[in-house]
Amino acid sequence: MASVSMTVNGREVSGDVEGRTLLSSFLRDDLRLTGTHVGCDTSQCGACVVHVNGAAVKACTMFAVEADGAEVATIEGEANADGSLSVIQQAFQDHHGLQCGFCTPGMVMSAAALLKENPTPTEAEIREYLEGNICRCTGYHNIVKAIMAASGQDVAAIAAE
Amino acid sequence: MYAFDIERPSTIADAVTALQGEDAQALGGGQTLIPTLKQRLAAPSKLVSLSGIGEMQGVCVGDDGAVCIGGATTHATVSREAAAHYPGLAALASHIGDPAVRNRGTIGGSLANNDPAACYPAAALASGATIVTNNREIAADDYFQGMFSTALDEGEVITEVRFPVPQAANYQKFLQPASRFALVGVFVAKYADGVRVAVTGASENGVFRWAEAEAALSADFSASTLDGLNMDADGMIADLHGSSAYRAHLVKVNTKRAVDAAS
Amino acid sequence: MPKDSGIGASPKRREDVRFLTGAGKYTDDINIYGQTYVHFLRADVAHATINSIDTSAAAAMPGVVQIFTGADFEAVGGIPCGWQVTDRFGEPMQEPRHPVIAHGTIRHVGEIVAAVVGETLAQARDAAEAIVLDLTEKPAVVDMKAAAADGSTKVHDDLTSNICYDWGFVEENRDAVDQAIKDAAHVTTLELVNNRLVANPMEPRVAVGEYSRSDDMHTLHTTSQNPHVIRLLMGAFVLGIPEHKLRVVAPDVGGGFGTKIFHYAEEAFCTFAAKAVNRPVKWTSTRSEAFMSDAHGRDHVTKIELAMDADNNFTAVRTETYANMGAYLSTFASSVPTWLHGTLMAGNYKTPLIYVNVKAMFTNTVPVDAYRGAGRPEATFQLERVIDKAARERGVDPIALRRQNFVTEFPYATPVAVEYDTGDYEATMAKLEEIADIGGFAARRAESEKNGKLRGLGVNCYIEACGIAPSNLVGQLGARAGLYDAATVRVNATGSISVMVGAHSHGQGHETSFPQVISEMIGIPEDQIDIVHGDTSKIPFGMGTYGSRSLAVCGSAMVRAAEKVINKAKKIAAHLLEASDADIELKDGQFSVAGTDKSVAWGDVTLAAYVPHNYPLEDIEPGLEETAFYDPANFTYPAGAYACEVEVDPDTGKVTIERFSAADDFGNVINPMIVSGQVHGGIAQGVGQALLENCAYDEDGQLISASYMDYAMPRADDLPFYSVDHSCQTPCTHNPLGVKGCGEAGAIGSPPSVVNAVIDALQSGGKNVTHIDMPMSPSRVWEAMNNA
Repeated sequence: MASVSMTVNGREVSGDVEGRTLLSSFLRDDLRLTGTHVGCDTSQCGACVVHVNGAAVKACTMFAVEADGAEVATIEGEANADGSLSVIQQAFQDHHGLQCGFCTPGMVMSAAALLKENPTPTEAEIREYLEGNICRCTGYHNIVKAIMAASGQDVAAIAAE
Repeated sequence: MYAFDIERPSTIADAVTALQGEDAQALGGGQTLIPTLKQRLAAPSKLVSLSGIGEMQGVCVGDDGAVCIGGATTHATVSREAAAHYPGLAALASHIGDPAVRNRGTIGGSLANNDPAACYPAAALASGATIVTNNREIAADDYFQGMFSTALDEGEVITEVRFPVPQAANYQKFLQPASRFALVGVFVAKYADGVRVAVTGASENGVFRWAEAEAALSADFSASTLDGLNMDADGMIADLHGSSAYRAHLVKVNTKRAVDAAS
Repeated sequence: MPKDSGIGASPKRREDVRFLTGAGKYTDDINIYGQTYVHFLRADVAHATINSIDTSAAAAMPGVVQIFTGADFEAVGGIPCGWQVTDRFGEPMQEPRHPVIAHGTIRHVGEIVAAVVGETLAQARDAAEAIVLDLTEKPAVVDMKAAAADGSTKVHDDLTSNICYDWGFVEENRDAVDQAIKDAAHVTTLELVNNRLVANPMEPRVAVGEYSRSDDMHTLHTTSQNPHVIRLLMGAFVLGIPEHKLRVVAPDVGGGFGTKIFHYAEEAFCTFAAKAVNRPVKWTSTRSEAFMSDAHGRDHVTKIELAMDADNNFTAVRTETYANMGAYLSTFASSVPTWLHGTLMAGNYKTPLIYVNVKAMFTNTVPVDAYRGAGRPEATFQLERVIDKAARERGVDPIALRRQNFVTEFPYATPVAVEYDTGDYEATMAKLEEIADIGGFAARRAESEKNGKLRGLGVNCYIEACGIAPSNLVGQLGARAGLYDAATVRVNATGSISVMVGAHSHGQGHETSFPQVISEMIGIPEDQIDIVHGDTSKIPFGMGTYGSRSLAVCGSAMVRAAEKVINKAKKIAAHLLEASDADIELKDGQFSVAGTDKSVAWGDVTLAAYVPHNYPLEDIEPGLEETAFYDPANFTYPAGAYACEVEVDPDTGKVTIERFSAADDFGNVINPMIVSGQVHGGIAQGVGQALLENCAYDEDGQLISASYMDYAMPRADDLPFYSVDHSCQTPCTHNPLGVKGCGEAGAIGSPPSVVNAVIDALQSGGKNVTHIDMPMSPSRVWEAMNNA
């Protein structure tokens, strides 16, 4: 066992983990931050995307000990301080960018990383950026639309509803 | 996963020492290794993480003009920091896996694993890169030794990769629809002394150079030069996603497209 | 002006807030004090005799609580099949025992061979590796036609063959159909494969079993679309636990698409083992396990013939299908290729004679069952593909050929035993032509050709049967359950409402759309109304969510219960207003006496019901809570027309979806935003089937596409924005809301148009390709072009 300390959503946390403990299981099982989901075992689905030192990573494909000393941000820390939805979260709700909600935490975290890098992405850039986030419910239409809307673009021309 | 310990050395020397233990294995970004461990297809007793080694990070330009990339540099960093020096290489890095994978996966990890469908081996081979390890320098032509097989010795660490910068280059990747690895990827690099063409994804022997195309393109760097050439389907991979004939065909298509797009 | 609440409005989904903030509670988020973890040792061969299982070394390993094998489950029931199909000779289908854990024989890769319960998952898995299996491998039965041949290895030695049933429908029409085909001016024949798929909800399945010795109560937390169905099947048929001692909870569920309807061995195991080890037992599927243990979908091999007269009127359809059941019969497996498939073979057309033959086959593969659409996509695909081929053969416009043969008068009794109550196929086709800008296609094709690409347009219609189903009818057809649904409307003293519904929401947004209906009926704000679902201890009963039935069946039950509540409330209001209850009107949350200005608010009436000081106690009981069960009178028949435009790269065979348009008739629409979202998702799954997804086995029964590395899931950059429309509305005539169901339409309606479009593109490039099997991967398209 090794002890790890990190900052998760602005709070100092620590714990004892095995070498093989993944960051996703440290978050889910040790910290009980169950918003980070695990949908595959081949690093493809992206339901587990969190930010480590500001960069989007797949928490199921990184060991907890590798996040020792890091700043980690998860979906639980995305809302505004008063609990209201962030701009991206609000856009997902406004444009029905989620259905079952399982891929949603990873989608939101990826969208946040994208908009930090590229504040006004095109439709094609959004679709390419989401290559590592699989959604089975929405057909991506409203996810892409929500991210465009969150970046301040006019989405009225995209098929309504 | 089986149980193992993880060490996080901060110098190459410490990493090399740590890797001398029995069943110790280097951990780059883990984007291939961790899924492999989940399937229990590997059973290291110790992983030595290279991500904390500062001297293996980053992109610089050497005195000879070569782009030098630290072995633990992520694909995302290469795509940003190599763009001004070797745009063809930066473009390749910017399309490996997906954004989250690119934030973890490293050039050293990719080359050490030598997955037959990985992108970096094509760039390294087509560029005539030098793979620098903790104790020697290996020419790319000597480094790749077939699927998942390299010239690396047990415990040897890729500390840096040096890419001579070509006059023009381009990488064309045709995606395997599920994994999004290369079903066939072709890297074309035009140097003053000739053109090099490296193919990934296609062959049962891993990345390889297409000598006939190189000869033709060295004489005339245009896509139409390749019209008369055909890649032999023998030895090409055949699977759910394409026959060997299809892969052979894509080698030619991608090579032509890379020549057209090379800049 | 669009409404901002009630029926027809698109309020934002209330469930989104928890999902967007990481506060959703999915089954894997449940952890119970003292819980253990189970790791299933799964078969890595497709077919073998189990000579012995030695668990002694494993049992001695650290952290092992208990190890179970098939012998431990000999005394309990097998996993039941919920539908008995009668074959064309009048005999019941062959129905093998489906053990919780393989006993004596392994019949598919992924079948559970042993289960290790451990203190940690890693310890359980470590111990599983120490289990020693002595197996004698047998040849694997994989190909369905080979499985049907005399002398084939049998999947089940105790059955007479690998044929589960040989079904004919309508058997009495068989000779007439044969004759009509002989007499036809033209017959178009097409052989095709409806590819095997894996549903792949993003949340893998999870089961947590609990047992409380103090009250002999079993609780199963599970990723299910229908907790009551699981309680019934597992309690009554497998473990012998009466309903009052078994609670099944399905909390937030991360997508289902059919594959979370069924009762699975892992659920029974966790429930059984929790009592055996006297601790909670948790199982979380990995994605790799999901590929080999979730029921698969589709997997039909079909030959269809379409007969026409000299004027291109359809005169007969004959189809012969081999349908894969896999190694065992999953919950609804037997009904999918029969009653959910044969009954839809008329499509949107007035073909007078139809005969459907289906041979359901046992193979050494994972069980196959309903996946989004379930039988209806298979019917639609073959019919709409053969019509397209016929149009090409006859040199007529494929849209015109369809129009010429549309059913135009309703109700319409098809020759395959169902009656379409209402529809307007011309209207949805006209709407499609508009939204797909079919008139502009030629110019777009010219533009693509300039860029060296082949462009194709594909169109198809579809019809489906939803709102499953009238219980007396399905009983006659072999269903072993009723298919009604139930709801309780509980009005609280201050007027707020909790509605307990049997439908389960796992992405469909019931928590938002169901209150819209109640709000419309009573005239109180939607935020005064909550939906409760997914827990057998909280809701009266329910058959769950599948077959696009939630609103049509459970929504109707909710309306009926609300009507009872309103009727009772009117009596209370009449008492308070000193009027006759026949004169009481309810509008905007106010009860008033017709023709007067006397009124009393909803909240005053509900308070009176619970504080009955001034109350007609001699006539009515206090309280305000009503339950209704609703059994549908007929199926509902959503229908529509879809168009796909593709570009094909002639150098590589890669297909790109350039445009996709869907014009649907869902009857009345409660929440247009949610309905569009359902169609979007369905289209993506249909395009996935057409271009990407392929669940493949090799001849030894090994699953080749066993992870996302080989099973191609549609991703954001595989798909365009869609154009969807549901303004054509012919309300269902037999349910109170006039709704038809929208959950599966996209997946049913989209595959044929994608294939039709690719064929159109290749034909435009001079390639005489008439069919490509799905998925039309780049390599398959390239090979088809090369062979043309």
